[in-house]
Amino acid sequence: MALHFELVTPAKLVRSEDVHMVVVPGAEGGFGVLDGHAPFMSTIRDGEVQIYKTEGGSPETIEVRGGFAEVGENGLTVLAEHVES
Amino acid sequence: MASLKELKGRINSVKSTQKITKAKQMVAAAKLRRAQAAAEAARPYAERLSGVMVSLASKVSGDSAPKLLQGTGSDKRHLLVVVNTDKGLCGGLNANIVKAAKAKATQLITEGKDVTFYLVGKKGRAPIKRDHPERIEKHFDTSNVRQPGFEEAEAIADDLIERFEKGEFDVAHLVYPIFKSALAQDPTVDQLIPVPSPEGEGSGGDAVVEYEPGEEEILEELLPRYVKTQLFGALLEREASEQGASMTAMDNATRNAGDLINKLTIQYNRSRQAAITTELIEIIAGAEAL
Repeated sequence: MALHFELVTPAKLVRSEDVHMVVVPGAEGGFGVLDGHAPFMSTIRDGEVQIYKTEGGSPETIEVRGGFAEVGENGLTVLAEHVES
Repeated sequence: MASLKELKGRINSVKSTQKITKAKQMVAAAKLRRAQAAAEAARPYAERLSGVMVSLASKVSGDSAPKLLQGTGSDKRHLLVVVNTDKGLCGGLNANIVKAAKAKATQLITEGKDVTFYLVGKKGRAPIKRDHPERIEKHFDTSNVRQPGFEEAEAIADDLIERFEKGEFDVAHLVYPIFKSALAQDPTVDQLIPVPSPEGEGSGGDAVVEYEPGEEEILEELLPRYVKTQLFGALLEREASEQGASMTAMDNATRNAGDLINKLTIQYNRSRQAAITTELIEIIAGAEAL
Protein backbone atom coordinates (compact mmCIF):
# COMPACT_ATOMS: atom_id res chain seq x y z
CA MET A 1 0.00 0.00 0.00
CA ALA A 2 1.17 3.46 -0.80
CA LEU A 3 0.90 6.61 1.22
CA HIS A 4 -0.64 9.62 -0.46
CA PHE A 5 1.64 12.57 0.17
CA GLU A 6 0.95 16.22 -0.53
CA LEU A 7 3.29 19.14 -0.02
CA VAL A 8 1.56 22.50 -0.29
CA THR A 9 2.88 26.05 -0.06
CA PRO A 10 0.87 29.26 -0.32
CA ALA A 11 2.19 29.76 -3.82
CA LYS A 12 1.48 26.31 -5.23
CA LEU A 13 0.92 22.62 -4.78
CA VAL A 14 4.49 21.31 -4.81
CA ARG A 15 3.89 17.57 -4.64
CA SER A 16 0.93 15.30 -4.84
CA GLU A 17 1.95 11.69 -5.25
CA ASP A 18 1.87 8.22 -3.79
CA VAL A 19 5.02 7.26 -1.93
CA HIS A 20 6.20 4.59 0.46
CA MET A 21 7.23 6.66 3.45
CA VAL A 22 7.85 10.28 4.40
CA VAL A 23 10.00 11.48 7.29
CA VAL A 24 8.80 14.84 8.61
CA PRO A 25 10.81 17.13 10.94
CA GLY A 26 8.22 17.60 13.67
CA ALA A 27 8.56 20.33 16.27
CA GLU A 28 9.05 17.75 19.00
CA GLY A 29 11.13 15.37 16.95
CA GLY A 30 11.11 13.88 13.50
CA PHE A 31 8.63 11.18 12.62
CA GLY A 32 8.12 8.82 9.77
CA VAL A 33 4.72 8.33 8.21
CA LEU A 34 3.73 5.10 6.51
CA ASP A 35 0.38 4.19 5.07
CA GLY A 36 -2.26 3.57 7.73
CA HIS A 37 -0.77 5.99 10.22
CA ALA A 38 -3.16 7.11 12.97
CA PRO A 39 -4.64 10.60 12.58
CA PHE A 40 -2.01 12.98 13.76
CA MET A 41 -1.14 16.64 13.59
CA SER A 42 2.08 18.41 14.37
CA THR A 43 3.83 21.67 13.76
CA ILE A 44 7.14 21.33 11.98
CA ARG A 45 10.46 22.96 12.50
CA ASP A 46 12.74 24.12 9.69
CA GLY A 47 14.41 21.12 8.17
CA GLU A 48 14.31 18.42 5.55
CA VAL A 49 11.36 16.36 4.51
CA GLN A 50 12.61 12.97 3.33
CA ILE A 51 10.53 11.19 0.75
CA TYR A 52 11.09 7.46 0.25
CA LYS A 53 9.49 6.55 -3.06
CA THR A 54 10.11 2.84 -2.55
CA GLU A 55 11.00 0.67 0.39
CA GLY A 56 14.73 0.69 1.00
CA GLY A 57 15.38 3.23 -1.73
CA SER A 58 17.39 6.38 -1.18
CA PRO A 59 15.29 9.33 -0.03
CA GLU A 60 14.61 12.54 -1.88
CA THR A 61 14.90 15.56 0.40
CA ILE A 62 13.10 18.86 0.27
CA GLU A 63 13.93 21.78 2.56
CA VAL A 64 10.87 23.24 4.25
CA ARG A 65 10.45 26.19 6.57
CA GLY A 66 7.53 26.83 8.89
CA GLY A 67 4.23 25.07 8.78
CA PHE A 68 2.63 21.89 9.97
CA ALA A 69 1.87 18.35 8.95
CA GLU A 70 -1.43 16.58 9.09
CA VAL A 71 -2.06 12.86 8.80
CA GLY A 72 -5.62 11.98 8.01
CA GLU A 73 -7.63 9.30 6.27
CA ASN A 74 -6.44 10.46 2.89
CA GLY A 75 -2.76 10.51 3.64
CA LEU A 76 -0.19 13.02 4.73
CA THR A 77 -0.44 16.72 4.00
CA VAL A 78 2.47 19.03 4.74
CA LEU A 79 1.59 22.71 4.70
CA ALA A 80 4.84 24.64 4.54
CA GLU A 81 5.39 28.35 4.24
CA HIS A 82 8.54 28.10 2.19
CA VAL A 83 10.06 25.29 0.19
CA GLU A 84 13.58 25.16 -1.18
CA SER A 85 14.17 22.51 -3.69
CA MET B 1 -13.84 75.07 -38.50
CA ALA B 2 -10.45 73.73 -37.55
CA SER B 3 -7.75 74.07 -40.14
CA LEU B 4 -6.43 71.06 -42.01
CA LYS B 5 -3.16 71.17 -40.13
CA GLU B 6 -4.92 71.21 -36.77
CA LEU B 7 -7.08 68.26 -37.74
CA LYS B 8 -4.09 66.30 -38.89
CA GLY B 9 -2.37 67.00 -35.59
CA ARG B 10 -5.37 65.79 -33.63
CA ILE B 11 -5.66 62.60 -35.67
CA ASN B 12 -2.02 61.87 -35.01
CA SER B 13 -2.31 62.49 -31.31
CA VAL B 14 -5.36 60.22 -31.01
CA LYS B 15 -3.52 57.59 -32.99
CA SER B 16 -0.60 57.61 -30.59
CA THR B 17 -2.99 57.43 -27.64
CA GLN B 18 -4.60 54.43 -29.26
CA LYS B 19 -1.23 52.78 -29.60
CA ILE B 20 -0.61 53.20 -25.89
CA THR B 21 -4.00 51.86 -24.83
CA LYS B 22 -3.66 48.96 -27.21
CA ALA B 23 -0.25 48.08 -25.79
CA LYS B 24 -1.53 48.33 -22.23
CA GLN B 25 -4.46 46.10 -23.12
CA MET B 26 -2.21 43.40 -24.50
CA VAL B 27 0.12 43.60 -21.52
CA ALA B 28 -2.85 43.31 -19.18
CA ALA B 29 -4.18 40.30 -21.08
CA ALA B 30 -0.86 38.52 -20.76
CA LYS B 31 -0.49 39.42 -17.10
CA LEU B 32 -4.08 38.42 -16.38
CA ARG B 33 -3.37 34.87 -17.41
CA ARG B 34 -0.41 34.73 -15.05
CA ALA B 35 -2.31 36.34 -12.20
CA GLN B 36 -5.20 33.92 -12.63
CA ALA B 37 -2.83 30.97 -12.62
CA ALA B 38 -1.23 32.27 -9.42
CA ALA B 39 -4.61 32.69 -7.78
CA GLU B 40 -5.56 29.17 -8.73
CA ALA B 41 -2.25 27.74 -7.49
CA ALA B 42 -2.81 29.32 -4.10
CA ARG B 43 -6.20 27.73 -3.62
CA PRO B 44 -5.13 24.26 -2.37
CA TYR B 45 -3.18 25.76 0.52
CA ALA B 46 -6.07 27.95 1.59
CA GLU B 47 -8.49 25.04 1.36
CA ARG B 48 -6.35 22.68 3.41
CA LEU B 49 -5.66 25.36 5.95
CA SER B 50 -9.29 26.21 6.50
CA GLY B 51 -10.07 22.48 6.68
CA VAL B 52 -7.57 22.11 9.50
CA MET B 53 -8.90 25.27 11.12
CA VAL B 54 -12.43 23.90 11.18
CA SER B 55 -11.41 20.65 12.81
CA LEU B 56 -9.22 22.40 15.39
CA ALA B 57 -11.45 25.31 16.27
CA SER B 58 -14.30 22.94 17.11
CA LYS B 59 -12.06 21.21 19.64
CA VAL B 60 -10.57 24.26 21.29
CA SER B 61 -13.25 26.48 22.73
CA GLY B 62 -14.04 28.61 25.72
CA ASP B 63 -11.45 30.59 27.60
CA SER B 64 -8.50 28.56 26.47
CA ALA B 65 -8.92 29.75 22.90
CA PRO B 66 -6.25 32.16 21.68
CA LYS B 67 -7.02 35.86 21.49
CA LEU B 68 -6.91 35.85 17.72
CA LEU B 69 -9.89 33.51 17.63
CA GLN B 70 -11.77 34.86 20.62
CA GLY B 71 -11.30 38.57 20.15
CA THR B 72 -10.59 41.15 22.81
CA GLY B 73 -14.06 41.01 24.24
CA SER B 74 -15.14 44.38 22.91
CA ASP B 75 -15.88 45.66 19.44
CA LYS B 76 -15.36 49.36 19.82
CA ARG B 77 -12.36 50.01 17.62
CA HIS B 78 -12.45 48.78 14.06
CA LEU B 79 -9.63 48.68 11.58
CA LEU B 80 -10.37 48.59 7.88
CA VAL B 81 -7.62 47.00 5.83
CA VAL B 82 -8.25 48.30 2.33
CA VAL B 83 -6.42 46.61 -0.54
CA ASN B 84 -6.12 48.86 -3.58
CA THR B 85 -3.98 48.63 -6.66
CA ASP B 86 -0.74 50.55 -7.15
CA LYS B 87 -1.34 51.52 -10.74
CA GLY B 88 -4.19 53.25 -12.47
CA LEU B 89 -5.59 52.64 -15.95
CA CYS B 90 -7.94 50.01 -14.64
CA GLY B 91 -11.34 51.60 -15.00
CA GLY B 92 -13.56 51.89 -11.97
CA LEU B 93 -11.87 49.19 -9.93
CA ASN B 94 -10.27 51.41 -7.31
CA ALA B 95 -13.29 53.69 -7.14
CA ASN B 96 -15.44 50.66 -6.38
CA ILE B 97 -13.12 49.37 -3.66
CA VAL B 98 -12.96 52.79 -2.03
CA LYS B 99 -16.73 53.11 -2.24
CA ALA B 100 -17.17 49.76 -0.45
CA ALA B 101 -14.65 50.76 2.22
CA LYS B 102 -16.33 54.12 2.76
CA ALA B 103 -19.76 52.52 3.00
CA LYS B 104 -18.48 50.12 5.67
CA ALA B 105 -16.78 52.98 7.52
CA THR B 106 -19.93 55.10 7.48
CA GLN B 107 -21.98 52.18 8.74
CA LEU B 108 -19.56 51.56 11.61
CA ILE B 109 -19.32 55.24 12.50
CA THR B 110 -23.08 55.63 12.69
CA GLU B 111 -23.09 52.64 15.04
CA GLY B 112 -20.79 54.65 17.26
CA LYS B 113 -17.58 52.73 16.66
CA ASP B 114 -14.11 54.09 16.12
CA VAL B 115 -12.79 53.45 12.64
CA THR B 116 -9.22 53.59 11.39
CA PHE B 117 -7.81 52.69 8.01
CA TYR B 118 -4.84 50.57 7.08
CA LEU B 119 -4.19 51.08 3.39
CA VAL B 120 -2.42 48.66 1.09
CA GLY B 121 -1.60 49.95 -2.37
CA LYS B 122 -1.26 53.48 -3.66
CA LYS B 123 -4.52 54.22 -5.34
CA GLY B 124 -6.73 54.22 -2.26
CA ARG B 125 -4.78 56.89 -0.45
CA ALA B 126 -6.02 60.09 -2.00
CA PRO B 127 -9.78 59.36 -2.04
CA ILE B 128 -9.87 57.97 1.50
CA LYS B 129 -7.67 60.75 2.81
CA ARG B 130 -10.13 63.26 1.41
CA ASP B 131 -13.01 61.92 3.51
CA HIS B 132 -11.20 60.63 6.58
CA PRO B 133 -7.95 62.57 6.86
CA GLU B 134 -7.43 61.85 10.58
CA ARG B 135 -8.35 58.18 10.52
CA ILE B 136 -5.58 56.76 8.37
CA GLU B 137 -3.28 54.59 10.43
CA LYS B 138 -0.73 53.41 7.91
CA HIS B 139 0.09 53.01 4.24
CA PHE B 140 1.64 49.75 3.29
CA ASP B 141 3.59 50.19 0.11
CA THR B 142 3.54 47.34 -2.39
CA SER B 143 4.54 49.39 -5.41
CA ASN B 144 8.25 48.59 -5.24
CA VAL B 145 7.85 44.87 -5.89
CA ARG B 146 6.86 43.55 -9.28
CA GLN B 147 4.44 40.96 -8.11
CA PRO B 148 3.33 41.02 -4.50
CA GLY B 149 3.90 37.58 -3.05
CA PHE B 150 3.78 35.80 0.24
CA GLU B 151 6.51 37.99 1.75
CA GLU B 152 4.33 41.06 1.48
CA ALA B 153 1.33 39.23 2.89
CA GLU B 154 3.52 38.03 5.74
CA ALA B 155 4.78 41.53 6.47
CA ILE B 156 1.26 42.96 6.52
CA ALA B 157 -0.05 40.13 8.70
CA ASP B 158 2.82 40.43 11.19
CA ASP B 159 2.24 44.15 11.45
CA LEU B 160 -1.50 43.67 11.94
CA ILE B 161 -1.08 40.98 14.58
CA GLU B 162 1.44 43.08 16.46
CA ARG B 163 -0.97 46.00 16.49
CA PHE B 164 -3.75 43.69 17.60
CA GLU B 165 -1.69 42.34 20.46
CA LYS B 166 -0.79 45.85 21.55
CA GLY B 167 -4.51 46.47 21.72
CA GLU B 168 -4.67 49.12 19.04
CA PHE B 169 -7.89 47.72 17.62
CA ASP B 170 -10.52 45.11 18.40
CA VAL B 171 -11.81 44.03 15.01
CA ALA B 172 -10.15 44.12 11.61
CA HIS B 173 -12.00 43.96 8.32
CA LEU B 174 -10.40 43.25 4.98
CA VAL B 175 -11.71 45.13 1.95
CA TYR B 176 -10.54 43.72 -1.36
CA PRO B 177 -11.84 42.96 -4.86
CA ILE B 178 -12.85 39.42 -5.76
CA PHE B 179 -12.03 38.56 -9.33
CA LYS B 180 -15.06 37.12 -11.09
CA SER B 181 -14.19 37.78 -14.70
CA ALA B 182 -12.45 40.41 -16.76
CA LEU B 183 -15.72 42.32 -16.72
CA ALA B 184 -16.71 41.96 -13.08
CA GLN B 185 -14.69 42.44 -9.92
CA ASP B 186 -16.70 42.62 -6.74
CA PRO B 187 -15.36 44.59 -3.81
CA THR B 188 -15.84 42.46 -0.70
CA VAL B 189 -15.63 43.12 3.02
CA ASP B 190 -14.49 40.20 5.17
CA GLN B 191 -13.75 40.00 8.86
CA LEU B 192 -10.08 39.27 9.35
CA ILE B 193 -9.40 39.53 13.09
CA PRO B 194 -10.66 37.94 15.26
CA VAL B 195 -10.73 35.00 12.93
CA PRO B 196 -14.38 34.21 12.34
CA SER B 197 -15.16 30.84 13.84
CA PRO B 198 -15.65 28.44 10.99
CA GLU B 199 -19.12 27.18 10.32
CA GLY B 200 -20.05 23.58 9.97
CA GLU B 201 -18.82 20.42 11.55
CA GLY B 202 -15.18 19.51 11.66
CA SER B 203 -14.23 17.02 9.01
CA GLY B 204 -13.34 13.71 10.57
CA GLY B 205 -14.44 15.01 13.93
CA ASP B 206 -15.05 11.54 15.23
CA ALA B 207 -11.55 10.28 14.56
CA VAL B 208 -9.19 10.55 17.49
CA VAL B 209 -6.45 12.85 16.27
CA GLU B 210 -3.24 13.13 18.20
CA TYR B 211 -1.74 16.57 18.46
CA GLU B 212 1.85 17.46 18.90
CA PRO B 213 2.43 19.68 20.85
CA GLY B 214 -1.13 20.42 22.09
CA GLU B 215 -4.27 21.62 20.34
CA GLU B 216 -3.91 25.13 21.70
CA GLU B 217 -0.29 25.45 20.70
CA ILE B 218 -1.07 24.32 17.18
CA LEU B 219 -4.03 26.65 16.96
CA GLU B 220 -1.85 29.49 18.15
CA GLU B 221 0.59 28.75 15.34
CA LEU B 222 -2.15 28.29 12.87
CA LEU B 223 -4.13 31.48 13.36
CA PRO B 224 -1.41 33.93 12.27
CA ARG B 225 -0.84 31.66 9.32
CA TYR B 226 -4.50 31.81 8.49
CA VAL B 227 -4.44 35.61 8.58
CA LYS B 228 -1.41 35.56 6.30
CA THR B 229 -3.14 33.28 3.86
CA GLN B 230 -6.21 35.52 3.82
CA LEU B 231 -4.04 38.53 3.00
CA PHE B 232 -2.09 36.60 0.42
CA GLY B 233 -5.34 35.58 -1.22
CA ALA B 234 -6.49 39.19 -1.19
CA LEU B 235 -3.26 40.32 -2.85
CA LEU B 236 -3.63 37.68 -5.55
CA GLU B 237 -7.26 38.60 -6.15
CA ARG B 238 -6.25 42.22 -6.38
CA GLU B 239 -3.62 41.38 -8.95
CA ALA B 240 -6.05 39.43 -11.11
CA SER B 241 -8.75 42.08 -10.71
CA GLU B 242 -6.38 44.87 -11.64
CA GLN B 243 -5.30 43.14 -14.82
CA GLY B 244 -8.84 42.14 -15.72
CA ALA B 245 -10.25 45.61 -15.15
CA SER B 246 -7.32 47.14 -16.96
CA MET B 247 -7.85 44.89 -19.95
CA THR B 248 -11.53 45.81 -20.23
CA ALA B 249 -10.93 49.52 -19.69
CA MET B 250 -8.14 49.62 -22.25
CA ASP B 251 -10.20 47.67 -24.74
CA ASN B 252 -12.91 50.32 -24.47
CA ALA B 253 -10.37 53.10 -24.72
CA THR B 254 -8.86 51.59 -27.86
CA ARG B 255 -12.27 51.28 -29.46
CA ASN B 256 -13.22 54.86 -28.54
CA ALA B 257 -9.98 56.12 -30.00
CA GLY B 258 -10.74 54.22 -33.21
CA ASP B 259 -14.18 55.84 -33.43
CA LEU B 260 -12.67 59.24 -32.82
CA ILE B 261 -10.07 58.70 -35.51
CA ASN B 262 -12.77 57.74 -38.00
CA LYS B 263 -14.79 60.82 -37.20
CA LEU B 264 -11.79 63.10 -37.44
CA THR B 265 -10.69 61.53 -40.71
CA ILE B 266 -14.10 62.17 -42.27
CA GLN B 267 -13.98 65.75 -41.06
CA TYR B 268 -10.47 66.11 -42.40
CA ASN B 269 -11.43 64.78 -45.85
CA ARG B 270 -14.50 66.98 -45.98
CA SER B 271 -12.61 70.15 -45.22
CA ARG B 272 -9.87 69.18 -47.66
CA GLN B 273 -12.53 68.70 -50.34
CA ALA B 274 -14.12 72.03 -49.42
CA ALA B 275 -10.79 73.78 -49.72
CA ILE B 276 -10.17 72.26 -53.17
CA THR B 277 -13.67 73.22 -54.33
CA THR B 278 -13.18 76.79 -53.15
CA GLU B 279 -9.90 77.01 -54.98
CA LEU B 280 -11.43 75.66 -58.18
CA ILE B 281 -14.33 78.11 -58.00
CA GLU B 282 -11.86 80.93 -57.57
CA ILE B 283 -9.85 79.86 -60.61
CA ILE B 284 -12.94 79.39 -62.80
CA ALA B 285 -14.41 82.70 -61.67
CA GLY B 286 -11.08 84.37 -62.42
CA ALA B 287 -10.94 82.79 -65.92
CA GLU B 288 -14.51 83.83 -66.69
CA ALA B 289 -13.84 87.41 -65.69
CA LEU B 290 -11.14 87.69 -68.34
